Amino acid sequence: MFRLIQNALKHAAQETQEYVKLTVAAIRAIFSPPLYRHDIVEQFDAIGVGSLTVVLLTGFFTGAALALQSGLTLDQFGARPVVGRLVSASMVKELGPVLTGLMLTGRIGSGIAAELGSMVVTDQINALRALGTDPVRKLVVPRVLAGFFMAPVLTVVADFVGVFGGWLVARFQLQVASSLYWSSTTQALYIQDVWMGLIKPFVLGFVIVTIACYVGLRTRGGTQGVGRATTIAVVAGSVAVIAVDFFVTQVLVSLLY
Amino acid sequence: MLETSTPSPSATEVLDAPGAPVIVFDRVQLAFDEKVVLQDISFTLIKGHTKIILGASGSGKSTILKIVTGLLRADGGVVWVNGARVDKLSERDLMAVRGDLGMIFQEGALFDSLTVRENVGYKLYEESDMPIDDVDRRVEEVLGFIGLAEHIDKMPSELSGGQRRRVAIARAMAFKPKIMLYDEATTGLDPITATTVDDEIIKLRDLENVSSIVVTHQLRDAFYVAQHMAVRGADGRVEVVPASPDKEREAEFIMLKDGLICFEGDADALRTSTDPYLRTFLS
Repeated sequence: MFRLIQNALKHAAQETQEYVKLTVAAIRAIFSPPLYRHDIVEQFDAIGVGSLTVVLLTGFFTGAALALQSGLTLDQFGARPVVGRLVSASMVKELGPVLTGLMLTGRIGSGIAAELGSMVVTDQINALRALGTDPVRKLVVPRVLAGFFMAPVLTVVADFVGVFGGWLVARFQLQVASSLYWSSTTQALYIQDVWMGLIKPFVLGFVIVTIACYVGLRTRGGTQGVGRATTIAVVAGSVAVIAVDFFVTQVLVSLLY
Repeated sequence: MLETSTPSPSATEVLDAPGAPVIVFDRVQLAFDEKVVLQDISFTLIKGHTKIILGASGSGKSTILKIVTGLLRADGGVVWVNGARVDKLSERDLMAVRGDLGMIFQEGALFDSLTVRENVGYKLYEESDMPIDDVDRRVEEVLGFIGLAEHIDKMPSELSGGQRRRVAIARAMAFKPKIMLYDEATTGLDPITATTVDDEIIKLRDLENVSSIVVTHQLRDAFYVAQHMAVRGADGRVEVVPASPDKEREAEFIMLKDGLICFEGDADALRTSTDPYLRTFLS
């Protein structure tokens, strides 16, 4: 039993070490040539533009559901007109970054792990190395840059669409006046909240992509291994999003408020 | 101690001379956890010559090629490739050594998101300063050499197995490497298609003076490569004909067993060997 725990801990430590090594290698590669610009643009398009639909839908329905739920609760205190405050504060500070992070994990985390995994099992990664290309520079760096910069953009989009979805419910179902809704959305927001909502997705985007790249590049065991890698990337990425969100929130609360 | 990926000018002179050793394995060992893959492997590949590595599945044939390219690092022993100690070099320094190495992987390992043109010209497009027009010309020339010029804009998924292997050869030869490494280049192909791949190996060796290591367990292909040569006729046409005795001696066989070399010699010596394991393998 003790040996089993010891082995599991050793394995976890080794995996963490390898993940950190890959992350450090990727960060170093960002600041030294060569940089594969074409691949970077391609990944910004695939991760940013490609994820827009799913983020729009998620943001919209989350904002709408939030307005609906909070409208019912606020009614008990006769506070229905402040529904906009609740929707905007929740979306900007927490739900926008986390839900965008989770959607990105499902969409791009799985895609990256599957793509890199199948490149590993078909020897394409070895072929790249044999042809003089560093796979970290060619494959990991463009994805990390795209994840890091596009996650905040997508989060802002999700925030706006969520508040818009909340307005639709507030206006047409809860019968709250538009002017009241829109003015209350800004009343509850402080600049610290905006910073928190903007800083978090940078960290989440970085974590999601580096986990997916790490899992993809560590794929073993043919097509079955690719399937396994995809599942691990999504599960580990989703858990990491929630956990990292908590720790980043802790740090930002102590720094900003 | 000074570690460098490029040999000195005097060493370069020696390496450019005929008969120079381009790959040297000296007492190379490798194990994955408890499993010993290579126990004690030593051999030398001479410039312009061919080493054909035979052995059962899992005997460590492909591992040798991966050690040559630096994709795997040996646990012990010394590996020289074109005057550089690849067992000591960092991944960054290995890139320079790999500039002289072309490797054909099992199943081809073509990049499935790129066209045939982009695959073949990959190294020149991405890793060199060669003008795009010159790269395009080189890609067309190489695809013409292996007879696949009409497939230049296809995706790898649109090609047959044999065509994919030949495109892999084209990709490896596009940047004019001095050494080619073939990892089971004909495995899984029908005999006729396998012969077309063998012909490319022979042509590259004899017309471009490329040194090669051929890893296979297909005896028919191994003997075909060892006992044939490519000649260019007066009309410029290339023909693959039975090799002269001198040429035949330039192809040496290595048989691996239990992580050791159990035979090293030419085709005749292999055929006449009385070793029970070799007899079983050859039968």
